[in-house]
Amino acid sequence: MHLSAETQAQQNEGSRQLNESDRKLLNIVQKDFPVCENPYRVIGEKIGLSEAEVLERLRHLKEQGIVRRIGGVFDSKKLGYKSCLIAVRVRPEKLREVAAFINRFPGVTHNYQRTHPFNLWFTLTSGSDEKFDEIIDLIRSRPGVEQLELLPAIRMFQTEVTFKL
Amino acid sequence: MTDKEIEILRILQEDIPVTARPFRQVAQQTGLSEKDVLDIVKKWQQTGMMRRMGAILRHRQAGFRANGMSVWAVPENRIEQIGAVMISFPQVGHCYQRPSLPNWPYNMFAMIHAQSKEEAIRVVESISKATGIKEYDILFTVHEFKKVSMKYFVDEIPADLYQETSDNGKK
Repeated sequence: MHLSAETQAQQNEGSRQLNESDRKLLNIVQKDFPVCENPYRVIGEKIGLSEAEVLERLRHLKEQGIVRRIGGVFDSKKLGYKSCLIAVRVRPEKLREVAAFINRFPGVTHNYQRTHPFNLWFTLTSGSDEKFDEIIDLIRSRPGVEQLELLPAIRMFQTEVTFKL
Repeated sequence: MTDKEIEILRILQEDIPVTARPFRQVAQQTGLSEKDVLDIVKKWQQTGMMRRMGAILRHRQAGFRANGMSVWAVPENRIEQIGAVMISFPQVGHCYQRPSLPNWPYNMFAMIHAQSKEEAIRVVESISKATGIKEYDILFTVHEFKKVSMKYFVDEIPADLYQETSDNGKK
């Protein structure tokens, strides 16, 4: 279901143009979401829309696939989870199969094919070292995986960003 | 974290419906008051447990179609200075120092969010000029297999996968 929403969103891509008030709305709803009883009314007051208009625009932007979700982003480290970027060299004919296997773990949040001999890059976030190692071992032993390297962050200069539109 | 807090976290890490009083809806699902939920969220924001509350965009759909992972071979003693230069570019998102490897000389990673491949390449060329780092590469996305928000407090290994791997072992 997730995939089909994604695909549909991509198909709509060409027809989508953000107007000025959508832009303002997206900037504020990404960065300064008010934590109060009526957040959308407060947002509306800031950008000159009624609460009903804000609700309607946001629902529309979600349907279009521009807004993936509205919710919280948590600090994995502070929750006791560790996160790691992993680079994999996969035999090209096995790439899709290996990628599909990796996708099955809920702790894998990003998984991309990239233009490099290390052709598959994913992130794994895990609440225990044992589970982390177990998952890595399961992936490493899949047919087609020729090399797998852990690239944990040593220092973070900038983490998640919001997109200025 | 209390059990109630974990319950709230589990709801807020999903997609909250766009309704006039979203936090009241969360409260109703947990049996807490709206005020309790608001206080907990504010506390999380203060302690940094919650990095952000609000909309998460699909940046491809929002017009950032060429996302490249730029990677750089930076001398250890210049890491700090160069990291600061890199994040001064508005197109740079995540920017991390990571280990280098025998066949992977790059120890700095900077995600570039651009409207086109050409723009992304121009940005890395500017970063190279600004930092003097000449050994770098940019890895573009060929295919996005998965991109989701992290879900905490869930089973990390799917049960059916255990089943399969033990079956494979028997063969």
